[in-house]
Amino acid sequence: MNRIKQLFQEKINILSIYYTAGYPNIGDTIQVAEALEKSGADMLEIGFPYSDPVADGPVIQASSKKSLDQGMTLKLLFEQLKDLRKNVTIPVLLMGYVNPVLQFGVENFCKACAEVGVDGCIVPDLPMVEYEEFYKGCFEEHNLSNVFLITPQTADERIHKIDGLTNGFIYLLSSSATTGKNLEVGDTTETYFSRIKNMNLKNPTMIGFGISDKQTFDKACSYANGAIIGTAFVRAIENGNIEERVSEFMNKFKG
Amino acid sequence: MKYKVNEKGYYGDFGGAYIPEMLYPNVEELRQNYLKIIDDADFQKEFHQLLKDYVGRPSPLYLAKRLSERYGANIFLKREDLNHTGAHKINNTIGQILLAEKLGKKRIIAETGAGQHGVATATVCALRNLECVIYMGEVDIERQAPNVARMKMLGAKVVPASSGSKTLKDATNEAMRDWINNPVDTHYIIGSVVGPHPYPDMVALFQSIISEETKKQLIEQTGSDQPDYVLACVGGGSNAMGMFYHFMDDENVKLIAVEAAGKGVSSGFSAATTYLGKEGVLHGSRSILMQTEDGQVVEPHSVSAGLDYPGIGPQHAHLFKTGRGQYVSITDEESLDAGLLLTQLEGIIPAIESAHALAYLEKMEFKQGENVVVCLSGRGDKDLDTYIKYFNL
Ligand SMILES: Cc1ncc(COP(=O)(O)O)c(C=O)c1O
Repeated sequence: MNRIKQLFQEKINILSIYYTAGYPNIGDTIQVAEALEKSGADMLEIGFPYSDPVADGPVIQASSKKSLDQGMTLKLLFEQLKDLRKNVTIPVLLMGYVNPVLQFGVENFCKACAEVGVDGCIVPDLPMVEYEEFYKGCFEEHNLSNVFLITPQTADERIHKIDGLTNGFIYLLSSSATTGKNLEVGDTTETYFSRIKNMNLKNPTMIGFGISDKQTFDKACSYANGAIIGTAFVRAIENGNIEERVSEFMNKFKG
Repeated sequence: MKYKVNEKGYYGDFGGAYIPEMLYPNVEELRQNYLKIIDDADFQKEFHQLLKDYVGRPSPLYLAKRLSERYGANIFLKREDLNHTGAHKINNTIGQILLAEKLGKKRIIAETGAGQHGVATATVCALRNLECVIYMGEVDIERQAPNVARMKMLGAKVVPASSGSKTLKDATNEAMRDWINNPVDTHYIIGSVVGPHPYPDMVALFQSIISEETKKQLIEQTGSDQPDYVLACVGGGSNAMGMFYHFMDDENVKLIAVEAAGKGVSSGFSAATTYLGKEGVLHGSRSILMQTEDGQVVEPHSVSAGLDYPGIGPQHAHLFKTGRGQYVSITDEESLDAGLLLTQLEGIIPAIESAHALAYLEKMEFKQGENVVVCLSGRGDKDLDTYIKYFNL
């Protein structure tokens, strides 16, 4: 079975961590993954950088730029990920923009994901209609989940359509925002989270964008199967020893 | 109709709406409503009234005598430089501001390169009393200072884009981020025929007034609405699309699109997209863009801020791929020389963008009596600094 499905069957309050491949140093991709698993992350989203990340705020823009400046490419990333499954057993998704995937070739991309043990993808600027027409077959052939985003402005009808099209989880944005904005759970956010919870979707949901500490994480978990942390983690590993920084960061979510 | 958009938002292989979900509700709202709103008789009436009384349309089609003598053909200039605010950009911002009002939007954002689109947007926002935020690359803020001052005087907030090459591409990224973070009440007035569907079609429709008028004026002046050549410069491609629009299906009219070669197409400092680019996705549509093998966008270069963009609109990609349009390029130096030439032969100082189109005349061979229309997309006031430095005036 796909590792993502298994995780959601077995666990609640899932903590998923996003980080940029090749950051802070080009060779750190695997080490960060291993450190995260060791310190209790349930799932990983490895970002492959893009020169024009329009959905990202300053922190992930900067990590992407640094990674690219250090020579990261999709080709290099797949080489690095050859060792992924030596020590990493939790589900891993790749997250990035569509143009690098197009240039790599969709077929090649799916094949490479399957070969290194990647379980799914998040490609925010890949439209649903394109996915359905040109990508879905290939994704399914390689047992890859494709995750779609929804925001408070996404209509119910569209959410149901997304629910029918995906088979991993649905990525619930706490608000329409670029990455790195802080989560403020006000009345409208609660209404939105509750609305989604009551839709009885077939897929589990993860809340992302703006989760940065135990308090916001717990809050998110009361409405969804778990939450995703990106910017706060990327910021935390900018300097210093990776293992120490990762375990320090993850300790904040224990207990 | 074979060069126009289909119901899925594509021009052949190009177009579509490659946008993150955060932008979907706004873009979808536009897609569902833009034709309905634009086709409405009241909208058309107000749009054309403003184009006439406020912008000063129709813009003249001027037979440039001395230029014609030089090239041995009848060279007509479509004088978009005479529009209020000094470029073709205002045709689009008038259309979009009316549309934004119909959609009930309260806040307007835009990107700008040369500052002409920023000024045109700030202008219509002042006119209609709407809040206005303009994103502009730091490099462009420097080289187009007069336009920055105009935008500020018009009441717009000018936000510098400091990522990447700090030019038009990066300003566009920032504007898209703004729209993601302001999903309600904000309309993004994209300044060229780029972006997710329906933007390329919508902007082309608003700019198509250029070729609509040109045809009528050609009949008056030459007896035929079919010139031999139509030329325009291409950044994202809005003045060119406006100039080509009503000629696209007239297959005997040759369409020539002039891109910016920068310091030369092989110099590593260029914005000649069709020459250097490959198919891919940038700013929400599938088109042709300058990129690495890994799909990272390559930073362009042009002396002209309005052409300093690594992509072209999807409809241009389609005209290029089908061979309907001929895509060529002109270097920084060639364009500046052509700008000075027009100034001295005809007493018209062109924008450096437009000077790229003029410069290509030097490379063409004409038969006596051929009719050639060049879109003079804007005036050169904003570029005086660059001209003066280059020519040591
Ligand atoms: C005078 C002028 N011409 C041309 C352009 C290029 O834009 P487009 O290719 O959309 O016509 C600009 C852009 O700023 C401009 O100011």
